Amino acid sequence: MNITKYSEDKDTRGGFGEGLLELGRKNPNVVALCADLTGSLKMDAFEKEFPERFFQIGIAEANMMGIAAGLTIGGKIPFTGTFANFSTGRVYDQIRQSIAYSGKNVKICASHAGVTLGEDGATHQILEDLGLMKMLPGMTVINPCDHNQTKAATLAIAEHEGPVYLRFGRPKVPNITPPDQKFVIGKAVVLKEGKDVSIFCTGHLVIKALLAEELLAAKGINAEIINIHTIKPLDEEAILKSVAKTGCAVSCEEHQIAGGLGDSIAQVLAKKLPKPLEYVGVNDSFGESGTPDQLMTKYGMDVDDVVAAVLRAVGRK
Amino acid sequence: MADIPQLQKIASQVRRDIVRMVHAVNSGHPGGSLGCADFFTALYFDILQHDPQNWDMNGTNQDLFFLSNGHISPVFYSVLARSGYFPVAELATFRKLNSRLQGHPTTHEHLPGVRVASGSLGQGLSVAIGSALAKKLNGDNKLVYVLCGDGELQEGQVWEAAMYAAAKKVDNIIATIDFNGRQIDGDTDAVLPMGSLEAKWRAFGWEVINMNGNNMTDVIATLRIAKTFTGKQKPVMILMKTEMGQGVNFMMGSHKWHGVAPNDAQLAESLAQLEAMGDY
Repeated sequence: MNITKYSEDKDTRGGFGEGLLELGRKNPNVVALCADLTGSLKMDAFEKEFPERFFQIGIAEANMMGIAAGLTIGGKIPFTGTFANFSTGRVYDQIRQSIAYSGKNVKICASHAGVTLGEDGATHQILEDLGLMKMLPGMTVINPCDHNQTKAATLAIAEHEGPVYLRFGRPKVPNITPPDQKFVIGKAVVLKEGKDVSIFCTGHLVIKALLAEELLAAKGINAEIINIHTIKPLDEEAILKSVAKTGCAVSCEEHQIAGGLGDSIAQVLAKKLPKPLEYVGVNDSFGESGTPDQLMTKYGMDVDDVVAAVLRAVGRK
Repeated sequence: MADIPQLQKIASQVRRDIVRMVHAVNSGHPGGSLGCADFFTALYFDILQHDPQNWDMNGTNQDLFFLSNGHISPVFYSVLARSGYFPVAELATFRKLNSRLQGHPTTHEHLPGVRVASGSLGQGLSVAIGSALAKKLNGDNKLVYVLCGDGELQEGQVWEAAMYAAAKKVDNIIATIDFNGRQIDGDTDAVLPMGSLEAKWRAFGWEVINMNGNNMTDVIATLRIAKTFTGKQKPVMILMKTEMGQGVNFMMGSHKWHGVAPNDAQLAESLAQLEAMGDY
């Protein structure tokens, strides 16, 4: 298939920054908090235009989550920004008690997720964040695939009442989402219809799945490709509808296989439609330093890995 | 002028509520609750500008209170009920299945008067600061109060919050530390000595006031003084000396009653020491 690109390659975090600035102009209740990573999160434009609604917390993520929870009391819609590692694992109990259990309308926005953070290495490359966050009752978990979708997701979560985890990343990737595509939380996006296998992909793996499609077509496999940008609530209907047609599935994510999107899909299939499912993701391992491309290859999340997983899934039908 | 004898009577009834609540379910935290009964009574029956009958989460143009050391929920629930947030009879559901009065306070069951869950320690000061910032953004000149335990100060997040509030001049907040010197495993000076709390908070840039938390006259006077310190570019901290178990003689002078409920005989002995206005 022909992959349409709507701009030069752009980073997803840039989509967040643009979305946040637009929100700032649209909604006076939107406020932003950052723990000393304003530039990395692309929050500087918001800070410049709305200094009174921007809170530089310093390197104190636990305090940031608590302050964000408090800001909701009085009707503010806080967007917190820091790396995914410091947005989740470091502050899990603060999110659990002060935000999730307390039902606070906080938007936890997390950049530099996964191995595509690159050279900084495993201390910063969290691969467990989707699992951590999806386990929290009431938490919405979103992992958009490109710049345009991240911007649209940023706008959409401001309209949603309740805590949200929005995960994005550092590298520039193809911008394949139409700029006017509305982001509907919990609604999967069918990127290509097919009949032989359902590829459920999220985040940076969406472009890998699209690139794999041509290689699969050459092998006579007609793949259906579905972007699961919302990990929770999961679009079960879209998953079941697709697998009912194709008879097998592959999940693709920049995350530990354990606890990620694939696990969520496996639960749905095990309960309602037991069919072969193969996983593309990190297999119980930490990352390491390297370029994003090198790491995606070494840790089994490249185009070839998608192709191989599809062949395994189709072979088990 | 505050009616000190009347406030003392209410505090005594609050203490009766506390021991009866924990006795009924043979669990909960009477020690710190009893120690803070005078403070809570002063706050909810004299100091706070609030509207219990028309409670909502945002509390616009009202003073807000946050309890960070959530385990002293019995005293919190008692004053909330007795000041009109919910029926006093509901105190009988404390820690029971399907109750809004969870072991530690929560918003999850929508109990009026509670604005955030607490229990896992160290988080309430940050939340209170956030709500104080929201008040500033909204042009709401009412105040935010928060209570933390002294043992709780061993949590690092408290000091992140302390640093932030002073640096960013969050001056519409009055924090209080329940300085009873005791925690579950023993005296705070035995578990993890914290040095001079007064020196620490001053060094962090807070206005610090000392208070005898078990003397109603001093509590009222000090809370009123604290209000005069707000709006002056500095957050305000009250170091409140209390006695864990205050009001029940055999519960005082030790950490043993931090999280232990009295048996039937001990309940009777407790109630004999506490004047009643009307039990639930």
